[in-house]
Amino acid sequence: MEKHRPKTEYSRRERFTRWCVGEYDPSAERLETRAPADEAARLELQRLQEYAANADRGIHHELYELGLRRRVGLFTRFYRVAAVLFALFLAGVLLLTVSYLPRFGDVSAPENNEVARRYIEKGLEETGAVNIVAGMILDYRAFDTFGESCVLFVAACCVLFLLRVDGQEDPRSQALEDMSDRFFEPRHDAILQMSARLLVPVITVFGIYVVLNGHLSPGGGFSGGAIIGSGLILYLTAFGFARTGRFMTEKLVKILTVSALSFYCAAKSYSFYTGANHLSSFITPGTPGAILSAGLIVYLNICVGIVVACTIYSFYVMFRKGGF
Amino acid sequence: MGASILTNYEEIGAVLLFVIGLVNLLLQPNLVKKIIGLDIMDSAVYLFLAAKGYIAGRAAPIYTGGVTDASLYINPIPAGLVLTGIVVSVSVSALMMALTICLYRQYHTLNLDEIMMLLRRQEAEQLQHLAAEERPGDLP
Repeated sequence: MEKHRPKTEYSRRERFTRWCVGEYDPSAERLETRAPADEAARLELQRLQEYAANADRGIHHELYELGLRRRVGLFTRFYRVAAVLFALFLAGVLLLTVSYLPRFGDVSAPENNEVARRYIEKGLEETGAVNIVAGMILDYRAFDTFGESCVLFVAACCVLFLLRVDGQEDPRSQALEDMSDRFFEPRHDAILQMSARLLVPVITVFGIYVVLNGHLSPGGGFSGGAIIGSGLILYLTAFGFARTGRFMTEKLVKILTVSALSFYCAAKSYSFYTGANHLSSFITPGTPGAILSAGLIVYLNICVGIVVACTIYSFYVMFRKGGF
Repeated sequence: MGASILTNYEEIGAVLLFVIGLVNLLLQPNLVKKIIGLDIMDSAVYLFLAAKGYIAGRAAPIYTGGVTDASLYINPIPAGLVLTGIVVSVSVSALMMALTICLYRQYHTLNLDEIMMLLRRQEAEQLQHLAAEERPGDLP
């Protein structure tokens, strides 16, 4: 009795040649392009698409007829010409202004004043950050950066308000969202899963490196957070909501974002309260160049990185499916 | 015309990008393309700011060898401003995209002219409805 299959079926080369000839499709059993969703949701989607197509046709026709009317056509033409003329006028004014600006790269330009000189000359001593920009935005102007993080947080909240689909209150539209999500994002894509398996750890580690070295090299919380967020998005695209939902729940994102923002606010308030105006503070700049130096900048960078990564991820999740 | 029109290529590029974005914003009827136009305008502003911070022959604002001489590094302030701008523009783009999706769900089109027309038709229908309700003959 033959227990083993012939060896040729296992070999990669054999499978590759069969794939080249067209006998074998490795993704045939695994790739799910069309979902076996329930019939009601499918019919609803179809009805919506038909409705959209019909509505489009009617309104297209009406717009076309409106454009044929003399006054409307004249106005449209006038608007287009006026817009282009205005843009050309603006370009002329701005180019005239540019021609009177100081030369590109000129040292004596008025923006290279004592503020920049002060930041460069005293930055290392006062903040301990090797990266002058990081020292500037997370120490001298830390509350401005706090405002930026809050802007991101508020934007994520607004997108949540606008696009959220609640599965418990509205199971029908939840099913519809699932349906259209499966329609546009095929599951179990072998190529995407393999590349995600290789890339996601590298991307995440690189993002963490960029966040932690923000005070020593180019980078920081914003860029590192964006890198980590894009790694999460890649993981989600490859493996689907069932896998990411195990660790990136809505609750976790909420807790992470709010605690990072409150830690940022509390730490920076404390440091301004005790360390400003030459009061003594236990937050010291430390040895420049070491990873645990530059006082609070490392921790603030981590907070900003968490906020940015969570925001980018929740933007993607909201736009794609309207919920975690 | 001043003399530096021949040397400020970066600023000229920023102005042209800005105007391209503005024309997109004014002439495209599609809402998503309008948002792309606004993003092009944002990029033009970042390019302008980054060009303003550059000083010829100097290094990036990261201390090398612990030297804190101000005549070695370029101006760090525009870099911080560009960072602020990028964050705000990301937030604004996301918000506008979300609003666009809401509009699409309501009207099933992204064309602004069509949306305005549908809105006007809805208003007219509502007015007719109100007028029909307020006709004295129909009162009980």
